[in-house]
Amino acid sequence: MSVTRGDNDDNSRPRGPAWARALCLAALGLATNAGANTSNGYNLPLGVTSLSRDIYALHMEVFWVCVGIAVAVFGVMIYALVKFRRSQGAIPDTEMVHSTKVEIIWTIIPVVILVVMAIPAAKVILMMEDTRNSELSIRVTAYQWKWQYQYMDAGEGINFFSTLARDSNFARQLHSGIDPATVPNYLLEVDKPMVIPSGTKVRLLLTSQDVIHAWWVPDFGAKRSAIPGFVNELWFRVDPGKEGIYRGQCAALCGRDHGFMPIVVDVRTPDDFKKWVEEQKTAVKQAAAPASDPPPSAQLLSTH
Amino acid sequence: MAQAHADAEKYYVPHSSPWPIYGSITLFTLMAGAIATLDEWLPVWSLIPGAVMLALLFIFWFHTVIGENQKGMYNMAVDRSFRMGMMWFIFSEVMFFAAFFGALFYARSLSVPWLSGHGTKIFTKLLLWNDYGGAWPSNGPSTLGPRANGSFETVSALGLPAINTAILLTSSITVTIAHHALIAGHRTQLKIFLALTFLLGFTFVGFQAVEYHEAYTELGLQLGTGIYGSTFFMLTGFHGMHVTLGAIMLTVIWFRVMKGHFTPQRHFGFEAVAWYWHFVDVVWLGLFIFVYWL
Amino acid sequence: MANAHSSDTAHHDDHHDEPAKGIKRWLFATNHKDIGTMYLVFSLIMFFIGGAMAMVIRAELFQPGLQLVDPVFFNQMTTNHALIMIFGAVMPAFVGLANWMIPLQIGAPDMALPRMNNFSFWILPFAFTLLLSTLFVPGGMAAGGWTLYPPLSLQTGDSFPMLIFAIHMMGISSIMGAINVIVTIMNMRAPGMNLLKMPLFTWSWLITAYLLIAVMPVLAGAVTMLLTDHFFKTSFFNAAGGGDPVMFEHIFWFFGHPEVYIMILPAFGIISEILPTFSRKPLFGATSMIYAIASIAFLSFIVWGHHMFADGMPVAAQLFYMMSTMLIAVPTGVKVFNWTATMWRGSLSFEPPMLFAIAFLFLFSIGGFSGLMLAIVPADFQYNQTYFVVAHFHYVLVPGAIFGIMAGVYYWLPKWTGHMYSMGLAKTHFWLSAIFVNVLFFPQHFLGLAGMPRRIPDYAVQFTDWNMVSSIGGFAFGLSQILFAVVIIQCARGGKKATAVVWEGTHPTGLEWTLPSPAPYHSFTTAPEVR
Ligand code: HEA
Ligand code: HEA
Ligand code: CUA
Ligand SMILES: [Cu+2]
Repeated sequence: MSVTRGDNDDNSRPRGPAWARALCLAALGLATNAGANTSNGYNLPLGVTSLSRDIYALHMEVFWVCVGIAVAVFGVMIYALVKFRRSQGAIPDTEMVHSTKVEIIWTIIPVVILVVMAIPAAKVILMMEDTRNSELSIRVTAYQWKWQYQYMDAGEGINFFSTLARDSNFARQLHSGIDPATVPNYLLEVDKPMVIPSGTKVRLLLTSQDVIHAWWVPDFGAKRSAIPGFVNELWFRVDPGKEGIYRGQCAALCGRDHGFMPIVVDVRTPDDFKKWVEEQKTAVKQAAAPASDPPPSAQLLSTH
Repeated sequence: MAQAHADAEKYYVPHSSPWPIYGSITLFTLMAGAIATLDEWLPVWSLIPGAVMLALLFIFWFHTVIGENQKGMYNMAVDRSFRMGMMWFIFSEVMFFAAFFGALFYARSLSVPWLSGHGTKIFTKLLLWNDYGGAWPSNGPSTLGPRANGSFETVSALGLPAINTAILLTSSITVTIAHHALIAGHRTQLKIFLALTFLLGFTFVGFQAVEYHEAYTELGLQLGTGIYGSTFFMLTGFHGMHVTLGAIMLTVIWFRVMKGHFTPQRHFGFEAVAWYWHFVDVVWLGLFIFVYWL
Repeated sequence: MANAHSSDTAHHDDHHDEPAKGIKRWLFATNHKDIGTMYLVFSLIMFFIGGAMAMVIRAELFQPGLQLVDPVFFNQMTTNHALIMIFGAVMPAFVGLANWMIPLQIGAPDMALPRMNNFSFWILPFAFTLLLSTLFVPGGMAAGGWTLYPPLSLQTGDSFPMLIFAIHMMGISSIMGAINVIVTIMNMRAPGMNLLKMPLFTWSWLITAYLLIAVMPVLAGAVTMLLTDHFFKTSFFNAAGGGDPVMFEHIFWFFGHPEVYIMILPAFGIISEILPTFSRKPLFGATSMIYAIASIAFLSFIVWGHHMFADGMPVAAQLFYMMSTMLIAVPTGVKVFNWTATMWRGSLSFEPPMLFAIAFLFLFSIGGFSGLMLAIVPADFQYNQTYFVVAHFHYVLVPGAIFGIMAGVYYWLPKWTGHMYSMGLAKTHFWLSAIFVNVLFFPQHFLGLAGMPRRIPDYAVQFTDWNMVSSIGGFAFGLSQILFAVVIIQCARGGKKATAVVWEGTHPTGLEWTLPSPAPYHSFTTAPEVR
């Protein structure tokens, strides 16, 4: 695999006492580059799907609106705090008790701002929920604490589990003595990533076998809960040319190892993906015993 | 506007009282007993100390309050406080039931249809619960319950529930008659109709017990019978507990009437219990309509 | 403007009641001041315990890898930190303030139902003993998050029923407390103290009490269903039986969202008392302030779905919850603007209560802005379950609710003890708190946006730096709180005598300033007349 856009395998993080670095960074207001996604370390990632970009745009829009309001409101407050100090001889104007006019104004203006913000947001919501015309569906089942991917459509028959990579798993034990910084993609690596084609509308059918989990890859702008007994849908289409490895984590508290069930998605070109599918299918056929399916959900669920 | 100065005497503030702290210890003991039972640390008798203490708490606390009242220590403002307090207490009870009614409505109009593929949840049916039809009453796609084949029957609205509805509605009328009798000073009529009220109440509880017995033994309807059993028993069960409590309170009031308590002008204790009784009645109407009938 | 002319007669009253001696005074208390004091002391202890748990969290998160605690214990800390802070620290602190101040502000002799008042208090120590003792039972404390989502919460060990019953007890206590507040306000006001003259703190509590009565029983119902699902085979939250785990979330948040306003409205009230005093001019737009609180309370009942966007809900529901949530910014904005207008053309001085109130204005607003961002559904999909949410709610809760409480304590402490406290120490406490609370929580915005999930004991290395900053801020903020206790203890023991008015400035509404400091044990045995 050539392109690793969303990836950041290098561990060339600056050395030195971590706390000292932290203080320097705090002073500078900076953070090191993120390895999980295309985030710069202190803002949302722009991501690699139209949805993630729409979200980013919404996020920045709302953020700047809030900054604007904050500057205005805090500005007035600070002005008042400076100007009307008793120590500077300020005399209170006790007649200034209310004014229906300004109160109406500062009720209406926020309403207008909010409506302006809500309209583009509503458009994105409608788009997010439109799971029609998907080209590849994958059934994703969450367990404490791993993910199962069962391909449908073109990938029919591919079915595997994805768990935290071994070196991360060793390093994360209490008192392991292993410095996480020496482990590549600490906590964000799995034994077998989910593989998908770029430029294709992929739909996930999410469910869980035990407690609520949530599947989340920030660069896709995709997060949805996996709820036992129900199937939630989620879609994304990774832009062509953005092939690479993308990482995420379980995003719903699911017990002891909630922090240790990462998600890794390997995005390939449609052609590479086809090859991968063929490889997987032959591998499945060659395996003497068919991979044992998990017991039907009904049985597991009925005993709680 | 309610104002404290309207009364000549002062607002009564007790100097000190042991019952609150005793009550807290009681609650703690009761809960500790329940915990020990549920966690199987101790057998069920561990509930007994708390239960006894609770009974004593009510006796002691109300004894004090009734005594103070009989001594005329409560002015109209205190009376108003009690009334308002009781009203808001009943409102909090309404909200408690609302949570369970909410669960019922949610199950009937959202979760059960979703599980059978309605709305946006078609894949929930296709991938997980393919044979589930989702008709109400339902014990869910796994047909949970005591019977091997997963079937169960519901209690028909026309049998005992209809009779019980009649009983409770009648009892609401009898308690109102008793109230009017109290105001008019007809003590005998008061005694008779009040007694009638709590007798009807206990009859209701008795019938409810019969109904539960039948449900458990014959209908395959138990707490574990899926969402139907859950909502059915939790709603009717909590209601039944409230009826029992209400009937006990009515009985206590009846004894107080026999002792000559209450005047046509001042009878907050009586009214509080009557309100409570009406509340229990209204909840029942909701139950009858949404649990048994529709 | 309410003024009591009979204030001087109020305490020359004929009664002879002195507080009982020794422990009985507290165990058998019926006096609203004693009970208020117990509430406040209790909540301070709980704040320290909950804070100690937060320190465990921050220490483990200081750097990646697990150094101190295992993941289960970490989750136990997160869960119980939140439960203790919410139900043990913030809510009882507000009830304590209500107990002390509402009768004083409206000219009542005491709370309306004094015995029940003591009952609501004394339930709490037992409830929290129960909750804290879960540390020692097999399986340990609850670790499913304060939101108690099933099926995870049903995996709790032996402590499960202890948790549920502790919550039941807290609920009973809150409901009784709320009933007492409502009845006191509706029935015990001094003649002439009509609703519109009522001080804003009392107003905010009246509305809070309505919220409490409406939602605490719903929480009780929700946890009761958890209990029966766990022990009695019911299927409320089990799809196999026709239930739905998400149903719990709906019931929980129907309680949970109003709950967050329960934790902020009384603070709004306190700020509305303090700003006029130290601006030396009346509150701007007092009537619309009341309407704003009422609208926030009303809206709080219809926005709960914003906690559950990622759980999958119909588009119409997403739109509805987004719009209704955003609407809350409007009445909240009215409050912020009116507060600003209160300071405008005032004559400001910066005593500790005022400092905290000003920090509240800025920092609560920041928390509100991030709340608004969270309300934007598509964006919430990225923010949800990350440290961005953690940053949001700590901004509204710590420099919001907690600063509000501290402002109130610093405002009324001289009235309670009769002494002035050390202004220098209190100001030091303020500056340390105000600086470090930002060092503690501001970086969490960055962490969340960069993709760090919440409720994890260990994280990928690129989150190290901001976590360190946050932890350092956390330790410093925590240590600074010791000063708070020192100031209070010193003030209770002695100090410069406080005058009746305590703060020179205008005291627009409450009757508490017509009483001497310390307020006499029995305040208004004969009701003052309010003109
Ligand atoms: C005191 C507590 C408190 C308060 C007051 C608030 C206030 C608000 N909260 Fe917050 N919230 C919490 C406590 C609180 N919250 C907690 C504890 C959680 C997490 C629970 C958990 O999961 O554990 C949470 C989570 C939470 C979420 C869910 C996030 C998620 O899990 O994905 C959302 C989403 O909408 C939200 C929104 C809001 C909004 C819109 C407000 C608004 O009320 C804010 C309004 C205020 C302002 C906007 C600022 C001032 C206004 C102006 C200056 C006027 C002009 C402004 C504009 C026109 C923009 N909150
Ligand atoms: C009113 C509520 C409230 C308050 C006041 C606080 C106060 C604090 N909170 Fe918390 N918090 C919540 C409500 C609150 N929190 C909630 C609802 C959650 C979500 C839980 C969940 O996910 O289920 C949460 C979760 C939460 C997390 C996320 C955990 C996770 O997701 O895994 C973190 C992490 O930093 C945190 C930190 C802190 C800190 C450092 C403080 C500090 O402000 C505390 C400062 C106080 C003290 C420290 C005590 C006083 C001082 C001493 C005892 C002296 C000794 C001090 C030292 C040794 C330094 N809180
Ligand atoms: Cu799976 Cu968190
Ligand atoms: Cu909310």
